[in-house]
Amino acid sequence: MAISMTEAAARHVQRSLDGRGKGEGIRLGVRTTGCSGLAYVLEFVDEVTTEDEVFESHGVKVIIDPKSLAYLDGTELDFVREGLNEGFKFNNPNVRGECGCGESFNV
Amino acid sequence: MPLLQIAEPGQSPQPHQRRLAVGIDLGTTNSLVAAVRSGLAEPLADSAGQVILPSAVRYRDGRVDVGQAARDAASSDPFNTVISVKRLMGRGLADIKQLGEQLPYRFVEGESHMPFIETVQGAKSPVEVSADILRSLRQRAEGVLGGELVGAVITVPAYFDDAQRQATKDAARLAGLSVLRLLNEPTAAAVAYGLDQRAEGVVAIYDLGGGTFDISILRLTAGVFEVLATGGDSALGGDDFDHAIAGWIVEQAGLSADLDPGTQRRLLEAACAAKEALSQADDVPLSHGDWKGRLSRSHFDSLIEPLLARSLKACRRAVRDAGVEFEDIGAVVMVGGSTRVPRVREAVGELFGRPPMTDIDPDQVVAIGAAIQADTLAGNRRGGEELLLLDVNPLSLGLETMGGLMEKVIPRNTTIPVARAQDFTTYKDGQTAMMIHVLQGERELVRDCRSLARFELRGIPPMVAGAAKIRVTFQVDADGLLGVSARELGSGVEASIQVKPSYGLTDGEIARMLQDSFRHAGDDKAARALRELQVDAQRLLESVEAALEVDGARLLSREERAAIDEHMQALRALLDGDDGSAIERQTKRLTQVTDAFAARRMDASVKAALAGRRLNELEE
Repeated sequence: MAISMTEAAARHVQRSLDGRGKGEGIRLGVRTTGCSGLAYVLEFVDEVTTEDEVFESHGVKVIIDPKSLAYLDGTELDFVREGLNEGFKFNNPNVRGECGCGESFNV
Repeated sequence: MPLLQIAEPGQSPQPHQRRLAVGIDLGTTNSLVAAVRSGLAEPLADSAGQVILPSAVRYRDGRVDVGQAARDAASSDPFNTVISVKRLMGRGLADIKQLGEQLPYRFVEGESHMPFIETVQGAKSPVEVSADILRSLRQRAEGVLGGELVGAVITVPAYFDDAQRQATKDAARLAGLSVLRLLNEPTAAAVAYGLDQRAEGVVAIYDLGGGTFDISILRLTAGVFEVLATGGDSALGGDDFDHAIAGWIVEQAGLSADLDPGTQRRLLEAACAAKEALSQADDVPLSHGDWKGRLSRSHFDSLIEPLLARSLKACRRAVRDAGVEFEDIGAVVMVGGSTRVPRVREAVGELFGRPPMTDIDPDQVVAIGAAIQADTLAGNRRGGEELLLLDVNPLSLGLETMGGLMEKVIPRNTTIPVARAQDFTTYKDGQTAMMIHVLQGERELVRDCRSLARFELRGIPPMVAGAAKIRVTFQVDADGLLGVSARELGSGVEASIQVKPSYGLTDGEIARMLQDSFRHAGDDKAARALRELQVDAQRLLESVEAALEVDGARLLSREERAAIDEHMQALRALLDGDDGSAIERQTKRLTQVTDAFAARRMDASVKAALAGRRLNELEE
C-alpha cells in the first residue's frame, strides 16, 4: 500500500505550506459525493489523527485515512500545467469510470 | 479531469461547486487580477508570464488591443488609444474640462453628460473602456483558474464618490463580472499584509501610483476597518517623476518646451525607464536625438524632492485629520510602483519613525488583498468572517445661515453612517417659512462651497424672531446618501429632502476645495467676522426701524429722533463696505443712542400690561 507524489507536486505543496505558515503536510482522500459517486479531497493538515497513515514523498508528508487508502492505493499525485491553468492531478490506477466533467469518479 | 487546488482542512469544495473568485486592482496606470489558490494569494499571469496589464485600450478597425500592445501604440495612435481612463470614471464632460489636463482625446458629449471618446470604433464611454480592461482580466483569470468566476472584488480609491463607484460597477457588469464588493484600495493593502488579523491598531497606507497619491489612515478595532482620514493629491504620482526627468532632459538638451505629442511621449518613456533603472543603479545614461547625458540617483532625488515634500505634507495633514499622533501608527504600508524609489521609502520611514512595509510587491499588494477578500466572500474560507468597513464623508456637510455663511453640521472625515442634528431659529418676527440650503465644502462663505440642495420648511407658526426652534437633522447612510430633514419643534411641522452629496463632485474638486480652505483660512475667518457684524448691524437697524414706527412719535423728542436717524444713516452707509471695525463701532453708538428709547418703550409696555389689572391677577 503506497501513495506518492511527483517532485513537481511535492515542491508546490511545500511552497503552499510555507506560504500558509503552518501545517503538517497534505491530506489525500475520497468522499462519497458527486455524479459518479466519489470525489477527491486535497487539504492541508494541521493535525494528524491516530488512524491516519503517513507517507513521505520528496520530503513532504502525505496523510491519508485508511478508508480512503483503499480507493487510492497506488495513486500518484502530480502537479501539472494545462494551458494557463495549473493544479494537482490524481493518477489513480483504481478508477474505472469518471463523470463527464471528471470531478467525480467510481472504482 | 479538472486540476485540483489544496483546500483548508475540512473545506474541500463539492464537485462542481468550486467557487472561483478573484480580486481585481483596476488601476489608473496598471491593472492586475489575483486569486487565492492552494491557500496562497497570488497575481495571475497571462500566457507570456506577465502579471501587470497596462490600463491601456487601443481601438482599431475590427479589434481591440488591451495592455502593453495598446500602451506601445499610445504615441503613434494617440486618438484611438485610451490610457488613464480611471480619471474619467463617473465624471461629466464639464468635470473633465476642469481637470485641466492635456488629454489628447476628442471628447463628444453623450446623453446624460457622460463624456465619450471618439475612436475608429465610434464613441466610447469611460465605462466601456474600463469594461474592456476588466474583460481581458476576466478571460485571463478564467483561463488560469480553469472555470467560470462566481465574482470579483474590485478595488477603488477610498475617496471615490457614488458616481465613480457606480461607474466601476457598471464597467464590471459590461465585462460579464459579478461584483462581490467594491473594496477601498488602502483596506485591501492592509488585508494583504494580514493587518486585519491583528487585534487592533492604527495603520497608514502610503499609495504613490502612476498618476495619483493617496494617504489613508485606518483604524482596526474588533475586525472592523474604519477609515479615519484620507488625503492626497489627485495630480501627483510616478508620472510626475517622469515629467521631472523629461523636463531636465529638455533643459539639458536645449530643446524648445513646445514639443509635439509623439516626441513628448518618447521623452517620457525614456524618463520612465531611467527612473526605474535608478532604483537599482547609482546613475544611468540618457539620450535624446543628438543629446547624450547621465542622470545620477542623487540628482534624481533632488528633482523629485518638491514632489515628495507635497506627499509628506498630505501625510501630516491626514494624520492630524485622523486625530492621532505619529507614535500611534503601528504600521505603514507602501503601495504603488513609485514606492520602489529608494528616496521615497527613506523619506516615508523618516516621517513615520518606522521602516515602511515593503515585503509584498507594491504593484501587487492591492490585488492580493482583494483576492483574499474575494476568497472570503465567495465562502471559501473557514468561518467566512467578513471584514466590515466603515467609510468617511470626504467634505463637510452643512447649511446656509443668515449673511451667506456656511454652518457645518457634519464635519469632514466623520465616519458614516452618521446622523447629526442642530437647532436653528427664525430671524424675523412672524417668519413662517425657512429656506434650508444644503451645502458641502470647507469654506466659511456659501459662495465658496458647493450647493447640494434647497428646500423650504413652511407652516412655522408666527412668533417673535428667535422664538421658533427648528431642528435640522443631517443623516448620511452607509452608501453615502444624505438625507436632510427640518422640524419646527413647537408645532411639529416638518420637511425633508434626499440628496446625493458627492454626485458629480470630482476628487480634483474635493482636493481643490480642501486646499482652498487651508489657503484661505485667514481670509475666511475675517470674512466670517465681517458678515457676522453686518448681520448684527442689519438686525439692529430693522428692530430700531420697527420700534420707531410704533413708538417713535410718542416717546421721542425731535432732537432725540434726529440723533437716532443720523446714527442709523451712518450705519447704513457702512453696511455694504468691508470695514468691520467701523461697522462694529457704529453699531455700538446706535445702541447707545437708542438705549433711553428702548428703556422708555419697556416702561410703557409694562405700564400698558399692568393697567387695569388687579394685584391678585398678577400674582398668578
